[in-house]
Amino acid sequence: MAFIPHTAADVAAMLGTIGVARIEDLFDEIPPHLRVRSLAGVPEALTEMEVGRLMSERARNDGVALSFLGGGAYEHHIPAAVWAITTRGEFYSAYTPYQAEASQGTLQLIYEFQTMMAALTGMEVANASMYDGASAAAEAALMAVRANRRSKSARILVPRTLHPHYQRVALTTAANQGLKFEPLPYGSEDGVTRADALAPYEGQDVTALMIQQPNFFGRLEAVDALTDWAHARAILVIAVVNPTALGLLKPPGEWGTRGADIAVGEGQPLGVPLSSGGPYFGFMTTRMEYVRQMPGRIVGRTLDTAGKDGFTLTLQAREQHIRRARATSNICTNQGLAVTAATIYLSLLGPQGLRRTAAAAHARTRELVAALTRVPGVRSAFAGPCFHEAVLRLDRPAGPVLEALRTRGILGGLDLAGYYPELGDALLVCATETKTGADIERYRSALGEALQGVRAA
Amino acid sequence: MSVREPVIFEYSRAGRGAHDQWPAQVPAAALDDLPAELLRKRLPTLPEVGELETVRHFTRLSQLNFSIDTHFYPLGSCTMKYNPKACNQYAMLPEFLARHPLAPESQGQGLLACLYELQEMLKAVSGMDGVALSPMAGAQGEFAGVAMIRAYHRARGDLARNEIIVPEAAHGTNPATATMCGCVVREIPVDAEGDVDLEALEAVLGPQTAGIMLTNPSTLGVFERHIAEVARMVHDAGGLLYYDGANLNAILGMVRPGDMGFDVIHMNLHKTFSTPHGGGGPGAGAVGVGTRLLPFLPIPIVGKEGERYRWLTESDLPQSIGRLSAFMGNAGVLLRAYIYMRMLGREGMRQVGEYATLNANYLLKRLQDAGFDAAYPRRRASHEFIVTLKRQARELNVTAMDFAKRLLDYGFHAPTTYFPLLVPECLLIEPTETETRDTLDAFVAAMVQIQKEAQEEPARVTSAPHTMPVRRLDDVRAARQLDLTWKPTARP
Repeated sequence: MAFIPHTAADVAAMLGTIGVARIEDLFDEIPPHLRVRSLAGVPEALTEMEVGRLMSERARNDGVALSFLGGGAYEHHIPAAVWAITTRGEFYSAYTPYQAEASQGTLQLIYEFQTMMAALTGMEVANASMYDGASAAAEAALMAVRANRRSKSARILVPRTLHPHYQRVALTTAANQGLKFEPLPYGSEDGVTRADALAPYEGQDVTALMIQQPNFFGRLEAVDALTDWAHARAILVIAVVNPTALGLLKPPGEWGTRGADIAVGEGQPLGVPLSSGGPYFGFMTTRMEYVRQMPGRIVGRTLDTAGKDGFTLTLQAREQHIRRARATSNICTNQGLAVTAATIYLSLLGPQGLRRTAAAAHARTRELVAALTRVPGVRSAFAGPCFHEAVLRLDRPAGPVLEALRTRGILGGLDLAGYYPELGDALLVCATETKTGADIERYRSALGEALQGVRAA
Repeated sequence: MSVREPVIFEYSRAGRGAHDQWPAQVPAAALDDLPAELLRKRLPTLPEVGELETVRHFTRLSQLNFSIDTHFYPLGSCTMKYNPKACNQYAMLPEFLARHPLAPESQGQGLLACLYELQEMLKAVSGMDGVALSPMAGAQGEFAGVAMIRAYHRARGDLARNEIIVPEAAHGTNPATATMCGCVVREIPVDAEGDVDLEALEAVLGPQTAGIMLTNPSTLGVFERHIAEVARMVHDAGGLLYYDGANLNAILGMVRPGDMGFDVIHMNLHKTFSTPHGGGGPGAGAVGVGTRLLPFLPIPIVGKEGERYRWLTESDLPQSIGRLSAFMGNAGVLLRAYIYMRMLGREGMRQVGEYATLNANYLLKRLQDAGFDAAYPRRRASHEFIVTLKRQARELNVTAMDFAKRLLDYGFHAPTTYFPLLVPECLLIEPTETETRDTLDAFVAAMVQIQKEAQEEPARVTSAPHTMPVRRLDDVRAARQLDLTWKPTARP
């Protein structure tokens, strides 16, 4: 029953100590008319054996397909050690490390995580994580408004090549605080943000420019030129980056002459399972000069009264439990377990393993695009290199083609019709190091069959 | 005293690594399409360590933590109850872990069934008419709730309502959330018995009132007895009532926020529904609403048509406050809450509220009998209560912080200290329903022993802890000489 260990004798003795006859008497301050009349919507209890059977049936029903989906969440190999350690009770069932002396494990791990994320993004400081990549990007926009004291407009330039869900989350999160998000168009030939998209903002008050690298289409933005354009106009640069890609690509801290000002991204590729969208974690790094504008938990190393190294939450004067209505954010947790997994993952991969993973994902995606564009009726939507995703255009509606692939056990990518109708019948496809030549060949041959079964529009 | 566990980078040796975990090197030609100016010039400074060193290092770090699995954790307002192992095991079945968030609904009917049924169960226990699961923490649930209140007033053309009323004892997230939603915060006092001061409430209500945020039982560990009157007053003034679900464990299966008159609630699934705290997250802050706020729920929500489940998005809910996460919030956490609720069932829900309350009242009485002062001695405890050490601080110069640190030496995690701020030298103590009477008795014995030490040998308490991996830490140094990332050179 409800994991409650009390014996009848315990209950009798405890009630005796309190001085009441029944447990019910402990609720005598609650007005009787407010008491629950029915919990009919909750079924009867299941035993662990029964719930195990139910969950196993439902999981089996969902199955595992050969997936070429990306779009912000990526399938990677996760070493067995990562979750074997992460789910240890000492990490899994610990609380936020307010009592530093009893939380040195979690605190030191976060300090190591901050070090890794700062190194990966080429920035000076990191926080202990945000909820996910999208919420981190939204918080970065709010942070930029606090940090850019030369701008009064709270205007953020957001390329349409930023993940469309990130654009929506930014709007939900920040619109009530008066931020204005202005979309920047992309080049229809190359799928990246063009210099001429910035021209209308020349001479205007703009707070920040967001740049996603690689962008939602998997294409590589001209980050140096975009960063320098912004900095020449006192506009802050928010980099939205994929952490796997940073094994290979230039880190935000080295973009342009001065580097980006804030870097954020989705941490899921670092050892966190796809799990239908979460729990993931967002990371955020910045320059030291902006550390007090950064939201979220931050761990620092200090000394104890005996002069020994120790770790503690620091700069808490930014946070809601101290500053209340004047806090940098209402956030009061990080995504601890996912951060634990990522820190172990990055330790196992190291610089070489991460670079190899990035390189393999890129190589597999090139092979995938080459194979699929050999199928009649399929071509690349954009000219130029991609990292580990690419947009393909089909000569017939993508929805039925994807459904035909699904019946062959393949998730063939994301239909972009709902997001970018101007692209026509377009698919976003992804391959990582988890895909073999045989997987790619299976997709190619299934796509040929699927296209034949769907009539051209 | 234990030796220091090195930072992982100190184990690093050039060329070492967990090679078996890496994919094969691809030929240089596979990268020849990437423009050189977009490439990284130097590899990132990540540790170069083998798999065994990695496993040992992180296992040792884990052993430096207190956790529910190892220690009693009576942390007020945090509901540190047992996290059943089954919830983790069955939420981590390979098919659930492998499912991509953008996979078609046909590839996730099992998952969607669980989430749909979770929505239904949360509606039943909260007394609400609709539930959305995507908020990824309590604070994000709060944000969604206040954003819905704003959207509701705005949709009615009632544009002047921008004030959120918050009792002074509220969690800091309440006022911080109101600010994030572009509202102005009005704090009101509570009376000497811990109830909302109705006169003060009357004085701040008006045509500018958007709503009030309340926790009930409150953060003072007592049930708000005037709740029906508060609800009537706020509704009469045109405002809505927000229920902060931090303390839902106290009344689970006994009273429902919807029946008390609340219009919107967030539920900390990592508290009441026992999903892991994970050293700070991930949590989940599902929101429930009454009929008035249904159109504004955040997306996505799970809908059911016949025997098929599907995501409801913008086209189904055009007035939604929008999306809060890139995908579906913390889906894996939601599965754990679902499994927990199925194992408890209807009867188990009620038992949670009953036994959480029994444990708290028993522990309070035992501590009072041992000479400790309750902050609200004439009130019943809810699932938690406040002990104030004002007397000890004045007479012995031993503070609540000192007691908290000394408890660590006795193998108990400290209660919440110095919250709520309006009770001086307070310990907010929440035992939860999953602890035995023996554990509660052992905690009382430790408190009695510390009190004795405070009288006879106060330095032993004021310099605690003595047995932990570190002694008290220099927080001022941490904030002034910022050391936030490890560097191979000497420390600042």
